[in-house]
Amino acid sequence: MSKNVLVFAEARDDELRNVSFEALGAAREIANGGKVIGAIVGADNHHLAEELFHYGADRVISAEHEVLSDYTNDGYFQAYLQVVDSVSPDVILSGHTSLGKDLSPRLAARLNLGLISDVTDFEVEEDEVIFTRPIYSGKAFEKKRVKSGTIFATIRPNNIASLDKDSARTGQVEFEQVTITDLRTILKDIVKKTASGVDLSEAKVIVAGGRGVKSAGGFKPLEELAEELGGTVGASRGACDAEYCDYSLQIGQTGKVVTPELYIACGISGAIQHLAGMSNSKVIVAINKDPEANIFNVADYGIVGDLFEVVPLLTEEIRHMKVGV
Amino acid sequence: MNIYVILKRTFDTEEKIAIQNGKISDDGAEFIINPYDEFAVEEAILLRDKHGGEVTVVSVGDEDNEKELRTALAMGADNAILINTEEVEEKDQHTTASILAAFFEDKAYDLILGGNVSNDNSTGQVGPRLAEQLNIPCVTTITDIEIEGDTVTVERDAEGDTEILKTSIPLLATAQQGLNEPRYPSLPGIMKAKRKPLEEIDYDELDIDEDDIESLTETVTVFLPPEKQAGKILQGETADQVKELVTYLHKETKIL
Amino acid sequence: MDFQLDEDIQFLKNNIRNFVENEVEKVAMQIEKEDKIPERTIEMAKEMGLFGLSIPEEYGGLGIGMVGKCALYEELGKTHNGFTTLIGAHTGIGTVGIVELGNEEQKQKYLPDMASGKKIGAFALTEPEAGSNAANLKTTAVKKGDKYILNGTKHYITNATEADVFTVMAVTDSSKGAKGITSFIVEKDFPGFQVGAIEEKMGLKGSHSAELILEECEVPEENVLGEVGKGYVNALKILTNGRAGLAARNLGSCQKLLDMSLEYAQERKQFGVPIIEHQAVAHMIAEIGVETEALRSFTYRVAWMVDQGEKLIKEAAMLKLYGSEVYNRVADKALQIHGGVGYISDYPIERYFRDARITRIYEGTSEIQKNIIAGQLRKEYS
Repeated sequence: MSKNVLVFAEARDDELRNVSFEALGAAREIANGGKVIGAIVGADNHHLAEELFHYGADRVISAEHEVLSDYTNDGYFQAYLQVVDSVSPDVILSGHTSLGKDLSPRLAARLNLGLISDVTDFEVEEDEVIFTRPIYSGKAFEKKRVKSGTIFATIRPNNIASLDKDSARTGQVEFEQVTITDLRTILKDIVKKTASGVDLSEAKVIVAGGRGVKSAGGFKPLEELAEELGGTVGASRGACDAEYCDYSLQIGQTGKVVTPELYIACGISGAIQHLAGMSNSKVIVAINKDPEANIFNVADYGIVGDLFEVVPLLTEEIRHMKVGV
Repeated sequence: MNIYVILKRTFDTEEKIAIQNGKISDDGAEFIINPYDEFAVEEAILLRDKHGGEVTVVSVGDEDNEKELRTALAMGADNAILINTEEVEEKDQHTTASILAAFFEDKAYDLILGGNVSNDNSTGQVGPRLAEQLNIPCVTTITDIEIEGDTVTVERDAEGDTEILKTSIPLLATAQQGLNEPRYPSLPGIMKAKRKPLEEIDYDELDIDEDDIESLTETVTVFLPPEKQAGKILQGETADQVKELVTYLHKETKIL
Repeated sequence: MDFQLDEDIQFLKNNIRNFVENEVEKVAMQIEKEDKIPERTIEMAKEMGLFGLSIPEEYGGLGIGMVGKCALYEELGKTHNGFTTLIGAHTGIGTVGIVELGNEEQKQKYLPDMASGKKIGAFALTEPEAGSNAANLKTTAVKKGDKYILNGTKHYITNATEADVFTVMAVTDSSKGAKGITSFIVEKDFPGFQVGAIEEKMGLKGSHSAELILEECEVPEENVLGEVGKGYVNALKILTNGRAGLAARNLGSCQKLLDMSLEYAQERKQFGVPIIEHQAVAHMIAEIGVETEALRSFTYRVAWMVDQGEKLIKEAAMLKLYGSEVYNRVADKALQIHGGVGYISDYPIERYFRDARITRIYEGTSEIQKNIIAGQLRKEYS
């Protein structure tokens, strides 16, 4: 049976996020002949909205209000609610991003919907959609369904394929002026912390450091490698506890769970809590002095050696290769 | 200040996961306070010590949860309440949030704190759902909170960026790592915790309609990920190993 | 007979285990390198109330019996022995004297601060010429008005550099031999009290022992601990009751070595199989297992006797001897199982091996224990 699927898209630094395209890809398949409606909420998204057509949307709604220039839970909640009201979808999809995590449960509670969070895969079986999601930080998975009524799920970045961009697919963006009242929480300021702007959960490449980096300065060679690979830097709890870096970089059972294309673990012993956060990465490289380190048990490639020797060599080698190509 | 903390009992982060009879087996598993909820307990105690008032920890589950509630009491919470839902067959986040909403209906609270996710199901739904049901503002993933009168200033982690928000009490906030460093329960605190009140109520003592707490989602199956095969440890001179690695990465990932 | 620990003790034990695993283990290598326990770790241990382990609840401590204490010491034994010794010497011989023998005034004055760790305690008996032979003390205490004037030198005093309050043994009447010895509570700020240089040791890094120099050291009369002339008996009593706690710490270290050996023997492969498949290794593991378990039974039995108020000179000496010897044997076997890894300072095994060695020497050498045991046995059968 065909379904109308509403996808809430999201922008960061004035660009649509990949996870929104991935959600559109999922929506296309789930719609099964129904319509895919892409929606974006903000103060002024004219220039972004159209791209949603290119990635598979049949209709695109840009819900706008001047107070929506920055995200607030109350403002966006009201906008989302009005979009849902006007579309009456059979399925709602959103990214399992900071925004998606903050907003979706509230929306689900208001609409009395079951919500399946942090989906990494799905299958369409006749009328049903069965979602796969990690539990115990990826030590196990569960398949879950919404019992009845509107299906609502948030999609984890980097896991579901988006459609190839098709610039020929286009249409008329529908603008919807939303009403926003009563903001109980207001945004005073945003302090941008990540210099690269690449969030760990969406990064294609992560170079992570553990206790073996020995100091805050020890992250320097890792940063250089990450930059060369267009990735970002992460850390184990050990490195965060030792105050070599900020907790926002922590990967593991407490901290972020990541699934990049390439994960390079430098001086990380591989405690089970850390492995839970990264072992579903596509390719894992481990660099560690200790040949017995647990991290080698999950690594696709391992180099036993001093990270301060290996990492700069690796950066250099990749730089050479790029020049050669 | 009347502060409540919603607290979940979860597997210790060190536990390996096994499946038995189609379910996650808890045979011999060690349990802990969900680490994010532990941040919430610590923050509640710090806020109480600063502003006065009481900290009450609430947990939805069965009698086993008493251990984690006692731990919170030993850390310094004043009261603990267990809402027993052993009889509820199918539970999801909607169920838990609705039971808690019924519990809070007649309570006077200024602040409800919880973890931003649990380390088992990791949905992060219960906090925001509860806030919506109670019709109070909710801020998730907080890393700092300051209260002055009715005004609350919160710092919130948004994927590495820090948002600084102004809101007011009553408020529900969920803790992110970095909010504080939870204390170990002191040994004298543990001895004292024995004498602190731990109240148990059955969920059906609350003003609640069975239909309203029925789960909206269901689990079809649980499974373990395929075991990761140990990979290749490269050999030879470091420089050669690095070259070999780059060749592999070039072949096998789209990155290079 | 009930071999089950109380729920409360189990709860305390679990919390100490978490603390040890998460906070002490991670700085163990650092302690070893710097010969210093990080302030933060000590601060956390104080906040946790670890320093009040053997102090009654009314003075801010835990108020638990010896069985309970041993259960907690066992957990503390599973980490860096220097850290364990700082806590163990304070909560054992460092505070027990005041707890057991102090009058109400003395208890009120010292115990609350000692329970919170604001003040650290130490026990000063050993002298250059009186180690095992405690009756040969040379430090003198002469009464002068309402004060005692102490003169002499103590050495190998554990926690000397950290401690604020010392239980010091000195001779008040040299004509009476062992019966002329008196215990005093001496504060580090008393005039004439001085701590000498730190003695460099083979192990127990982070725990410091040093000389104490008492030169015309003025101690107020009200700081006499227990009765005048009962110092030797007091010292023996403090040491005797401390035996179970010391054994429990050794037990924890043995258990840790067993755990590490088991893990390593199952992971490390030689000749194509994990080394535990080799009978020589399997047997060593079995031996470590048996000795550790036997030590556990013995430790809790003696602890139980302490709680019953039973006389236990013989059993305490036997336990001190057995616990120390077992720890040394276990450390030796664990090192053998680990092979080269066991000998390298990047891994903790060699540290346990070095730290084990002192247990056969301090708080009464193995040889002295045998003398006591033989003496007691002879008494029983004469």
